[in-house]
Amino acid sequence: MPRPLLQVTGLEAGYGSAQVLFGIDLAVGEGEVVALMGRNGMGKTTLVRSLVGLANRMAGRIEFAGVDVTRFPGYRVARAGLGLVPEGRHVFRSLDVEENLVATARSAAQAPTGSAEGSAREPWTLSRVYEFFPRLAERRHHRGNQLSGGEQQMLAIGRALLTQPSLLVLDEATEGLAPLIREDIWQTLGRLKAGGLAVLVVDRDLRALSRLADRYVILDKGQVARSGPVSDLSEQASTIERHIGVA
Amino acid sequence: MTGGLVLEQAFNGLQFGMILFLMAVGVTLAFGVMNLINLAHGSMLMLGAYFIAAAATKITAYPLAFVAALMLTAVASVLLEVLVMRPLYRMGHLDQVLATFGVSIAVNEAVIMIWGREAMFVAPPEWLDGTVALTDTISYPLYRLAITGVAALAGLALWLLLARTRLGMRIRAGAENGDIVGALGVNVRLLFIGVFVISSLLAALGGVMLGPLIAVQSGMGDPLLILALAVVVIGGVGSLKGALVASLAVGLLDTFGRMIWPHLMGNIIGNIVANASVYILMALVIAVRPSGLFGNHAA
Ligand SMILES: Nc1ncnc2c1ncn2[C@@H]1O[C@H](COP(=O)(O)OP(=O)(O)OP(=O)(O)O)[C@@H](O)[C@H]1O
Ligand SMILES: [Mg+2]
Repeated sequence: MPRPLLQVTGLEAGYGSAQVLFGIDLAVGEGEVVALMGRNGMGKTTLVRSLVGLANRMAGRIEFAGVDVTRFPGYRVARAGLGLVPEGRHVFRSLDVEENLVATARSAAQAPTGSAEGSAREPWTLSRVYEFFPRLAERRHHRGNQLSGGEQQMLAIGRALLTQPSLLVLDEATEGLAPLIREDIWQTLGRLKAGGLAVLVVDRDLRALSRLADRYVILDKGQVARSGPVSDLSEQASTIERHIGVA
Repeated sequence: MTGGLVLEQAFNGLQFGMILFLMAVGVTLAFGVMNLINLAHGSMLMLGAYFIAAAATKITAYPLAFVAALMLTAVASVLLEVLVMRPLYRMGHLDQVLATFGVSIAVNEAVIMIWGREAMFVAPPEWLDGTVALTDTISYPLYRLAITGVAALAGLALWLLLARTRLGMRIRAGAENGDIVGALGVNVRLLFIGVFVISSLLAALGGVMLGPLIAVQSGMGDPLLILALAVVVIGGVGSLKGALVASLAVGLLDTFGRMIWPHLMGNIIGNIVANASVYILMALVIAVRPSGLFGNHAA
C-alpha cells in the first residue's frame, strides 16, 4: 500500500452514548481509492461523520497525513485535507451554484502542504471546477434548490474539491441518481483518481466500485467484516453480495 | 390635523421604524443562523446608550465617543457569546427564553450598579443640533433625520455583507446547515461569534443614536425588543426584506396611532387601541400568512 493518508485505528464512535462503531480499522493511502460498503444502518455514514467531528468519537485513533487528528474539531480535519461530499449532498439551497462553491473554498496557498504528492497536485480554482463540470458553469446563477439530483452531486463534489483536499470522501456517491448520471459521476471519480486524488467512497454499485477502487472495506454492525483488494470482489462475489445485501 | 403635522409624524414614524429595523435584523440573524431566541437583545441597545452617555463625559469629539461606544458593545457581546450564549444554541427555545431573560435582568441590574438608578442624558453632537425646513412653516430636527440616514446605511451595509461577501455566504450557508459548513473547514464557532457581534452592534447602534432622544435608563431596550419581536413575526423570520418592511409599517402604525386613536376615541380608549394596534396587525398577518409577510419557513 502507498504511504497512508488516512489511518483509522480501533475507532469506536456513535451518537450521544449510543455506540455504533466498534473498533474500526481503515486506511486510505495517498492516491488510493477505497470502497466502503455494507448494508443499511451498518455504520458507513457514522464512520464518515466521525472523521469530521459530526459523530461522537469515543475511542481509537484517527491520523491524517501523519498527524493525530483524533481530538481535532471537524473543521480542522477538513483543513488538513479531507474533502467531504456528505450523504444527501446538502448543497446550500438558498445559495446559487457559484456561492455554494465559493463559500467554503480555500485558496491553494491555504491548502496543507503535508505531503509531497499533495503539493505537486494542481490546485482547484473556480474555473477549473467549471471546466471539470461544464454543467455547473451553465447553472452558475441557479440556486441550490433549483438543481437536479445529478447537478447537486456535481456541486457537492466541486464544493469539496475547492477545499483543496488530498482525500475526497463521498458518502453515497450515486444514490438516487439516474443511470446516465451515475455513469458520469463514476467517470468523474475515475478522472480524479487519475489526477492523484485519494478517494474513500461509499456506494452500493459493486461493479462500478470494483472498476474504480483499489481496495474495499465492508462494515457489518459497526465492525469491519471483510476487507482486501478489489480483485477479491469478483472472486468471492456471492459472499460479498450477501454482506452488502444485493441479492 | 394639518398636513405639516402629518409630514412631521411620518418622519418620526420612519425614524422609529429604522431603530426597530436595527433591532429586528439582529433578532432575525441570531435566530436564523444560531436558532437562538435572545431576550437579552434589548440589553445591547441599552448598553449602546449607556456607553455613549459614559463616553461622552470623557471624550468630547462625538465621532470618537460614537466609535468607542460601539467598540465597548462589541467587547461586551463577545464576552456574552462566549460565556453565556454558546451553550444555548443547541438547547430548546424555552431554555433559551428563560436563560436570556435572566441575562437581561442581570444586565439591567448591572447598569444600575455601575451608573445608578437616575436616568442619564446625552447631548446630540453640536453639528447635528439644527433643524431642516420641510416646508415653509415646518422644520424638522436634523439629528432625527441623521438617525434615519445612518440606520438606512447600516441596513445597506448589512445587505451588502450578506449578499456580496464570502462571510455573508458563510453566514447564509450556516443558517441552513452549520454542521456541513463546519465539515467543509469553516470554524463555525468563530462564525457564530461574528454573527452575534454583528447582531449586537446593530442594536447598540440604535441605542447610541437614541441616547440624545430618550432617557438613558435601565431596561430602556426591553419595550423596543418586544416591538422588534412583533416586527420579526410580521416580516417573517429570517427575512431581511421582511424586517425592513415590517419595521417601517410598525414604526408608522405606532407613531400615527398615538396621534389618531386618542383623537378619535378619547384619551383612555384611544391609548389602549394605540398600544394594541401593533399586536392586532401581527395577529392579522399571522392569520393570513402564518410564516409572516416574507417568511418561507413552513409554519
Ligand atoms: N443521528 C443519529 N442518532 C442516533 N443514532 C443514529 C444516528 N444516525 C444513525 N444512527 C444509527 O446508527 C446506525 C448506523 O447508521 P449509519 O447511518 O451510520 O448507517 P449507514 O451504513 O450509513 O446506512 P445507510 O446505508 O442507510 O446510509 C444505525 O443503527 C442508525 O440507526
Ligand atoms: Mg449512510
